Amino acid sequence: MGDDFVQEIAEFLQKNAEGGLLPFSVQQEAGQRFSLHIAEVEEISLRHDLLPARYQRNRTMISLQQQLSLLRSKVAVFGCGGLGGYIIEELARLGVGRIAVVDPDVFEEHNLNRQLLCTLELLGIKKVVAAEQRVAAVNPAVRLQAFDVAFGQSNSAEILNGVTVAADALDSIPVRLELVEACNNQNIPLVHGAIAGWFGHVAVQYPGENILQHLYAGKKTGHGVEKRLGNPSFTPAAIASLEVAEIVKILLKTEPLLPRRYLAMDLYHMEFTEVFFPDGDRELIKRK
Amino acid sequence: MQVTVKLFANFRNKRFKIMVQTIASDTTVGAIVSELDITEEEVGVILINGRHGSLDQTLAEGDTLSLFPLIGGG
Repeated sequence: MGDDFVQEIAEFLQKNAEGGLLPFSVQQEAGQRFSLHIAEVEEISLRHDLLPARYQRNRTMISLQQQLSLLRSKVAVFGCGGLGGYIIEELARLGVGRIAVVDPDVFEEHNLNRQLLCTLELLGIKKVVAAEQRVAAVNPAVRLQAFDVAFGQSNSAEILNGVTVAADALDSIPVRLELVEACNNQNIPLVHGAIAGWFGHVAVQYPGENILQHLYAGKKTGHGVEKRLGNPSFTPAAIASLEVAEIVKILLKTEPLLPRRYLAMDLYHMEFTEVFFPDGDRELIKRK
Repeated sequence: MQVTVKLFANFRNKRFKIMVQTIASDTTVGAIVSELDITEEEVGVILINGRHGSLDQTLAEGDTLSLFPLIGGG
């Protein structure tokens, strides 16, 4: 895009802005008038100190510059079920510019009790297709990349290409451990969450760390106590939100909440327990 | 000898939250888990005095053992 063209667009946006805020109708009109993606208009808007009006209630927490960082970020969400649905929703509303979503499954009736993207109309529909529709309906500035596949070694490089942070919303322990290894190899921070019944936990794992290997070492069964306890609506919503709070801080390079520890959540007894991992354990990881 | 056992999440159901137990020396974490009628597959994080432990580790007088269930749902 040439400087003159950008200047012309910026002038159009400034002329139609209201008190430093860019109404969505103007953003959309600019997209049509100049044949640009809504995300491209958003980039020019933020670079010219205009905040898209949808983000005005974030303003005291997320500066214009930080909003631009979010727009330029890419998060991969592994799993579009209980955790993944809420994570995708929250990332889209935050204005994270690119989201890759990965899930091979279709919605089934037993997903209705907790999975945000699951509605009666979407039973039998691919979860990644539902994610695409939802994100387009909520925030068209977000470009969603849908991977209708099971994550594995064969597709990890393609899915993780250009990803700033990976979000673990998987429901299988062996696949999780593959994701941990892939993120480690590709130097991508991983925000992990898992749920069962009233309980869940969240952890941030930077490349070279081994919190998740500790959590899941030697577990071959593939599942935890969730197979017996099930999952209600509120537990995935809570853990997904904790994950997104951590993701945002990594994207904005602010101090993360959970380095070298994980947080266990018990909503039945309303207890949160921190578990620390000594720095010495760092050496246990074999780095490539 | 005496050790303190702390249970978390659903491990507390029909058991306890915290209990001081008298055990023989050389008792392993696995033996305590088994005594509590918890299967090894159900066990997630094991902490001994706040540090990561394993099922085959033996406990010493005054140790605190914390047990968390394995949680893997999404």
